[in-house]
Amino acid sequence: MTDHHTISESKYGSGHGTLKSYIIGFILSILLTIIPYELVVGHLLTGVNLVASVVIFGVLQLLVQLIFFLHLSSESKPRWNLAAFIFTVLVVVILVVGTIWIMYNLNINMVHNG
Amino acid sequence: MTMMTETINTHAHGHDGHHDADEKAVFGFWVYIMSDCILFATIFAVFAVLHNNTFGGPSAKDLFDMRFVLTETFILLTSSFTYGLAMLGAHKGSKAQVMGWLIITFILGAAFIGMELTEFSHMVHEGHSWQRSAFLSSFFTLVGTHGLHVATGLLWMLMLMVQVSIHGITSLTTRKLTCLSLFWHFLDIVWICVFTIVYLMGVM
Repeated sequence: MTDHHTISESKYGSGHGTLKSYIIGFILSILLTIIPYELVVGHLLTGVNLVASVVIFGVLQLLVQLIFFLHLSSESKPRWNLAAFIFTVLVVVILVVGTIWIMYNLNINMVHNG
Repeated sequence: MTMMTETINTHAHGHDGHHDADEKAVFGFWVYIMSDCILFATIFAVFAVLHNNTFGGPSAKDLFDMRFVLTETFILLTSSFTYGLAMLGAHKGSKAQVMGWLIITFILGAAFIGMELTEFSHMVHEGHSWQRSAFLSSFFTLVGTHGLHVATGLLWMLMLMVQVSIHGITSLTTRKLTCLSLFWHFLDIVWICVFTIVYLMGVM
């Protein structure tokens, strides 16, 4: 039964982790929450450095969640869920960056003309 | 006729046919989650565009109690971990372990929703509702949509607890538990983005 699940779920993804991987993921995710929190609330960094570090810690946190909890990319063979995920990331980036870009330019033009 | 074919197929392939269906269901659910990602991306984009438009009202700096939000984040991260432990129980076939961890996950999820509603009612009470400014409209839409997802997940978890307690750990309940695990971890990821973009960057 257990074997069967391992085989069936590894093909499309969502294969399950081990206790060790969940614990590592949990500790990492807590650390990656506390560090940017302290950076912001404790005013340990300012300006561009602060924004950049918070973004980096956010991305690291995202990767920890994807690898340790959603078990994405835990295997090297091509999997459909990974393909769907990469396509989604592409759409999300176009959507968010495109929106901010367009609206930012619109804002500048409106202010200058008005 | 289709029924007949399916019956024959099941007989011919036995267990394999059944697990093929499981794989497809889980993958199908994954595709739904990917489409949900795009829903959240649009709301995040709206927030990114409108977050400075406070219309003379309070900004993120004036509103957010970061210690409170950090507690919310820890609760949700922990619930994601405990759900993972429930899944380990399911793969071991241990009903007691699944039920125990699901109950803990449910309590943590409910605590998160409770805290979020407290934050919302506090803000609305102070006159900082979604009607105050474009910033607050987009804030409530984004955080509220996430909260609605978590609430739906809790309802689903409750129903799965009933099913597991009646049917035990079968391949069907394991499949359902797997789908909810994807959903639950996904909501955790969305919250990480909310925490980073809305709260941390908001109070900078």
